[in-house]
Amino acid sequence: MDVASEKMLREEEALAEKNVFVTTVDKALNWARGHSFWPVTFGLACCAIEMMAAGGPRYDLSRFGWEVFRASPRQADVMIVAGTCTRKMAPLLRRIYDQMPEPKWVIAMGSCASAGGPFVDSYAMMSGVDKIVPVDVYVPGCPPRPESLIYGLLQLQFKVSNPAKVRLMRHGK
Amino acid sequence: MTVEKTEELIMNMGPQHPSMHGLFRMVVHVEGETITKIIPKMGYLHRGMEKLAESRTYSQFIPYTDRLDYLASPHNNWGYVQTVEKLMGVEVPERAEYLRVIFGELARIASHQVFIASTALDLAGWTLWSYAFRDRERILDMYEMTAGNRMTVNIMRIGGMLAEPPEEFWTALKSFLDDTPEMLEEYYGMFFGNEIAQGRLKNVGILTKELAENLSITGPVLRASGVDYDVRKAEPYSIYDRFDFKVPVLTGCDSYDRTIIRMDEIVESIKIIKQAIRDIPGGPIMAKVPKVIKPPVGEVYHRVENPKGELGFYIKSDGTTKPSRVRIRPATFINIQMLPIVAKGLKIQDIVAIFATLDAVLGEVDK
Repeated sequence: MDVASEKMLREEEALAEKNVFVTTVDKALNWARGHSFWPVTFGLACCAIEMMAAGGPRYDLSRFGWEVFRASPRQADVMIVAGTCTRKMAPLLRRIYDQMPEPKWVIAMGSCASAGGPFVDSYAMMSGVDKIVPVDVYVPGCPPRPESLIYGLLQLQFKVSNPAKVRLMRHGK
Repeated sequence: MTVEKTEELIMNMGPQHPSMHGLFRMVVHVEGETITKIIPKMGYLHRGMEKLAESRTYSQFIPYTDRLDYLASPHNNWGYVQTVEKLMGVEVPERAEYLRVIFGELARIASHQVFIASTALDLAGWTLWSYAFRDRERILDMYEMTAGNRMTVNIMRIGGMLAEPPEEFWTALKSFLDDTPEMLEEYYGMFFGNEIAQGRLKNVGILTKELAENLSITGPVLRASGVDYDVRKAEPYSIYDRFDFKVPVLTGCDSYDRTIIRMDEIVESIKIIKQAIRDIPGGPIMAKVPKVIKPPVGEVYHRVENPKGELGFYIKSDGTTKPSRVRIRPATFINIQMLPIVAKGLKIQDIVAIFATLDAVLGEVDK
């Protein structure tokens, strides 16, 4: 560590003792975004019931600050695609995604949304929603347990709060 | 003086709507706030189950039935495996039949709990929603002990059951049954005694006895219209003729009766489970069934009483390991056809109440 950054660190520590923290706007915003997702209530099939159970009294998503499920995509920033996406539903799913304001993230919940699941060879299926929207986190399971969804959301939280680390993990630079 | 009329407005509800249970869409024509016409649109969750069945073996299709009516998956398993058993002429061991009854009735309770929760939620009653989901978790725990999954349990096999429930299942079941009177009292006090809930539900969406019969509506919706029809009594399948239980029938024909009849059904289900625990014999839980299931050539139709109504399976076999045709008669698909007829002339907010009391599960409606 060079002298300049060592001096900066000492100054930060001195400020921290007075309960003052130095950060960038970007970091503070990402921290806030990651700790308060507003998912859009977008239940497609069976997984939606497990999504409801995750918001229910036993699993209690509100412990993490993610319980504000919004009915309108215009007020939400995370889309949890919970269930089977058929070909008939695909254009609507894309439209709901487009209506969400930036920044926005997508979680593919369950094997149907991730890759087609048990219905992969059906004529009516959109096997994997990543064909129409960019997916950030895949949660496997049929349906995934509420714990799995919470873990998926925690992964997304990590991704949102530490973009540099995720870039390093994925691309190595 | 001329009467001023408002212009007819066409409004779209769904498929992404907080009070549509799943991907159901309706185009509502309104004049002011009065509904003049409803056009239901379906098929947003059509997954091609019946076609998929033709490329799966008989046993491989059991998990797919879980995903039909995902709130009461053991019932769908039950309907399907009984149809195949009827086709093959398999005798199911006594213990397996009793276990099927126990799981079936537990599924009925769990499904009705979700119904009560979602009806309350649609009328903006968040509190009851969280109480009903809390109690439902206990049933899901019991599924999990036996089958390893919470919702889509896949618990029945052709010829018997997947597994023997572990020792802690029986203690959990007994403590659950002991707590149910208190649980139901809570629901009554929190929701059914509530003035707002009664105002939203009473005398809303009158489904007359004649109309219900003509539309071939089944399940609690039919019984709330004063028709005493239950497949468990009318054509007893499995071992339902051995149990002493009543079929609750109400004559209110409105949304309130359609809601409260589910509470009475929970009470009857508890009675059945208690009798099943008392009478359950020992012995094997699987009949002697060949490893490769090859039913003889023929066709069969079988129906069971799902929590939502009559669930029927039609299977046509051509003597190979895969069915030649499978047809599913879902209960709620037929029940929701009453919506455009009954909701005509009512106000917009009544659609939500009527649709909630139909307890539609779109996995079953669209297949």
